[in-house]
Amino acid sequence: MEKRRIYVDYNATTPLNSEVKAGMIEDFEIYGNASSMHSSGRHAHARLEEARKAVGDLIGAPAKTVIFTSGGSESNNTVFQALRRVASDSSGKPLKGRTEIITTAIEHPCVLNSAAYLKSLGFTVYFLPVDQYGKVKIDEYRKVLSERTLLVSVMMANNEIGTIQDIREIAELAKAAGAWMHTDAVQAAGKIPVNVDDLKVDYLTMSGHKIYGPKGIGALYVRSGAPLFPLIHGGHQEDGFRAGTYNNIGILGYGKAAELAKKNLEAYGRDIRVLRNQLRDGLLAKVPNITINGHPTDVLPNTLNVSFPGAEGESILLGLDLNGIEASTGSACASGSLEPSHVLMAVGVGPELAHGSIRFSLGWGVTKEDIEYIIDTVPPIIARFRAMSTVSSVPTVPSVQS
Amino acid sequence: MPEWLYSDTVKDHFTNPRNVLMEDESTYPHDARGLTGNLICGDQMLMLLRIKDDIITDVRWKTYGCASAIASTSVLSETIKGMNIKDAYTIKPEDLVEKMGGLPANKIHCSVLGDKALRKAIDDYLAKTGRPGLFKEASTVICTCLGITDKDLENAYLKGARSWEDFQAATKIGTGCGKGECKTKALELLHEYAHIYGEKQA
Ligand code: FES
Repeated sequence: MEKRRIYVDYNATTPLNSEVKAGMIEDFEIYGNASSMHSSGRHAHARLEEARKAVGDLIGAPAKTVIFTSGGSESNNTVFQALRRVASDSSGKPLKGRTEIITTAIEHPCVLNSAAYLKSLGFTVYFLPVDQYGKVKIDEYRKVLSERTLLVSVMMANNEIGTIQDIREIAELAKAAGAWMHTDAVQAAGKIPVNVDDLKVDYLTMSGHKIYGPKGIGALYVRSGAPLFPLIHGGHQEDGFRAGTYNNIGILGYGKAAELAKKNLEAYGRDIRVLRNQLRDGLLAKVPNITINGHPTDVLPNTLNVSFPGAEGESILLGLDLNGIEASTGSACASGSLEPSHVLMAVGVGPELAHGSIRFSLGWGVTKEDIEYIIDTVPPIIARFRAMSTVSSVPTVPSVQS
Repeated sequence: MPEWLYSDTVKDHFTNPRNVLMEDESTYPHDARGLTGNLICGDQMLMLLRIKDDIITDVRWKTYGCASAIASTSVLSETIKGMNIKDAYTIKPEDLVEKMGGLPANKIHCSVLGDKALRKAIDDYLAKTGRPGLFKEASTVICTCLGITDKDLENAYLKGARSWEDFQAATKIGTGCGKGECKTKALELLHEYAHIYGEKQA
């Protein structure tokens, strides 16, 4: 019998939507180089611009403000590098004036590492703390925000715990201080309403494979007038801001995925949230002594991060996998270092609990029955690991969500 | 596609750990007890031994640890039954890893835990029976995360380790907290061993 497989790791990546896939297979016939002037090239170009419009539409942005990149990491790096150029002299040293960057402790590694790189060049970087729910501490933010602030970069929704930030408020403060505002919306765009004008951001990062599109394609929104320099030098593609032959098929697939994400946004928020809450409530009812991490209400509709005190993350993950459930863990042992998830540490979960945390991220394709199966399968696995655990008195922690 | 991340042996021992104690440790009267690891680092291991005439007659263990830690300790627990404590004390983690059909490099440190707990238990037994330091030889822990002692480093040295990287390759020292304290101490020891054994450092 075919083993049951339930994929609940949609924040890591999503499968290709079948409609997107079918479209992409047809698109393979479009071989013209979108930079060429002949009709094959022009045809490819026209299709590419349609995709650009669809991606812009997803975030309420004019097509011309959308630049295609290879994905979220490139988009984020582009922003940091562009602002580095703005604030450096020709030798790369920061100029006087705006040389400070504000970001958070819970960003994706590509933002954390971009910020760390700028720090190594002499920029000042603040990694804002977050509260127990993962929300940026606005007071701390106000304290470090000043006329020296060059860039504020805060992710819209966290990949591990799903907490959604108050980007508009953060952006308004940034603008008032004269700083540029960037948000990494890789996990948000396509899952919750995202509108660049409502959010008042200057830059916004997106990715194709998080919304049932292909991997290796993403986009960066750049408000007109915001500084931009190419990360990749070469030809004049993307108005000279991102060189390299167009990834036609990827872009067209991404455009289709963005179009579908926009169309389905409401249903997604509604249906997936129901499943997530079903999973949350079922686990809370059936597994004693667990904690839900993240914000109780300002949270992605698909993300559920649970700490299982007394059971270790990688063991749980592999125990689930043997039962056909594919989730992810913030436990370090799974990734080879002993460091627990920086996000869980930042929200104050503590290493002992962080090591026993599992992220279930849901998406289209997960059914009510799947959730029931997970709810039935998890308790004995946890009970078993707890029974063999050296942690005899399982720490009791208050649940932040009920 | 491989159906499982690690070897089949690891899978078998992970899903069916041998000699694991599912109850509280008070349910298993024992002659020796060794607890090692640190919950902060994400793993902990408890080893309980029954010993008669220096022979390990039975063993139970408990862990808060990953699949590799569970599997390697399960294999270890089978290996040491009926063994003289002196032989058990000198079991090398590499032998266990081999028995398991290998482990990814970044999981080797997990397999060291059971071994450390076992030695602690044996030391505990020796102390209880009035033979302190028979195997321990007054070793001190250099890397608190992984319980690597100066004895371990000395053994590695005698087998040819001449640099921090060599120490790491042999013992996985310093792959825990990242504070670097153990590195400083280990490099001092390296210097010391070079003196003692009259060899030049590479
Ligand atoms: S003491 Fe932590 S890695 Fe050695």
